[in-house]
Amino acid sequence: MSPFLAGVTWLLLFQCAGEVVSRVLGLPVPGPVVGMLLLFIALRVRDRVPDSIGAAADALARHMSLLFVPAGVGVMMYFGRLAGEWLPIAVALVVSTVVALAVAAITFAALARRAERAEVVAPETEQ
Amino acid sequence: MSGDKFFELWVYLAATPLAGLTITLVAYTVGFAIYMHAKLHPLANPVLIAVIAIVISLRVGDVAYGTYFAGAQFVHFLLGPAVVGLAVPLARAWPTVSRLSVPVAGALAAGSAVALGLAVGIAWALGASPGTLASLAPKSVTAPIAMGIAERIGGVAALAAVFTVATGIIGAGLGKLVFDKVGVRDMRARGFALGLAAHGIGTARAFQVSAEAGTYAGLAFGLHGVLAAVLLPYIWRLTQLLAGKF
Repeated sequence: MSPFLAGVTWLLLFQCAGEVVSRVLGLPVPGPVVGMLLLFIALRVRDRVPDSIGAAADALARHMSLLFVPAGVGVMMYFGRLAGEWLPIAVALVVSTVVALAVAAITFAALARRAERAEVVAPETEQ
Repeated sequence: MSGDKFFELWVYLAATPLAGLTITLVAYTVGFAIYMHAKLHPLANPVLIAVIAIVISLRVGDVAYGTYFAGAQFVHFLLGPAVVGLAVPLARAWPTVSRLSVPVAGALAAGSAVALGLAVGIAWALGASPGTLASLAPKSVTAPIAMGIAERIGGVAALAAVFTVATGIIGAGLGKLVFDKVGVRDMRARGFALGLAAHGIGTARAFQVSAEAGTYAGLAFGLHGVLAAVLLPYIWRLTQLLAGKF
């Protein structure tokens, strides 16, 4: 079996497992996200990523933006509603996204700089 | 071919799943070629180009969204395995990522609070309807998760998906500009912010720019999805209770 096919099969199996866990335990987290956590745990336990799963996951990640196209086309069903409320929606989407990008990037960069400076100053406390 | 025969063939083809699937891939391929030609310019977003091209085609051909989706659902379905696969870059980068738990937690908390609070606050202040507000709330997390959250808090799932995709396109489009403006050059921070604010579309953009940025984008994307799915319904109920008090 090609590694790619084996990899896709593994991803689907973990998605199924995630779906089952999410339903049985009544979690608010959707199946694929639970599947991601389960796969992450499995990969950490094995301490390496099998080539098959790596190949399938990389291929899907590279073209992930394609997968959002069908949902995006759904905009055509809401032209009426959007026409009536386009201003609050557009301002809310643009401003909140721009500010969230800035806040997340600045916070991460500042905290990472601090964490790394602490490591340089006192490397022995890391142990 | 006579006009009638051509019309019959068109009606037949437009109603098969083949048409919806094919037009999705053709439109995206064209969109991606334009994106490449524009040297990955963020505003030449392939999702945006594909969505506009498909909506115009469906309008011109008088095809309903449901008919289109019967074919496009095969692409939409792959979002599930793609989300599961995000465990891979995360597992590869874990040795470095785990040392950065403080920046990860801090940026996640600050960024997600801003994305949710500002989106709902601004739309509310400008007079959006309650159904629109509930559909806007989860707009920064990926479409399948956002749809589930919107339904739980009284929004419209399909509308939430539209807001989500729009947010992804806005974030992927403006990210570089924003990061340059605020002077953040750290690729990890830029990637993390893209994944947090613009989910899968931002993550795809980050991977196209650098593998390091992409890894942190995938991390933020996954964590934000889990956090929102668990907490947002409760936060929403709390704000409703508080709003009822005043």
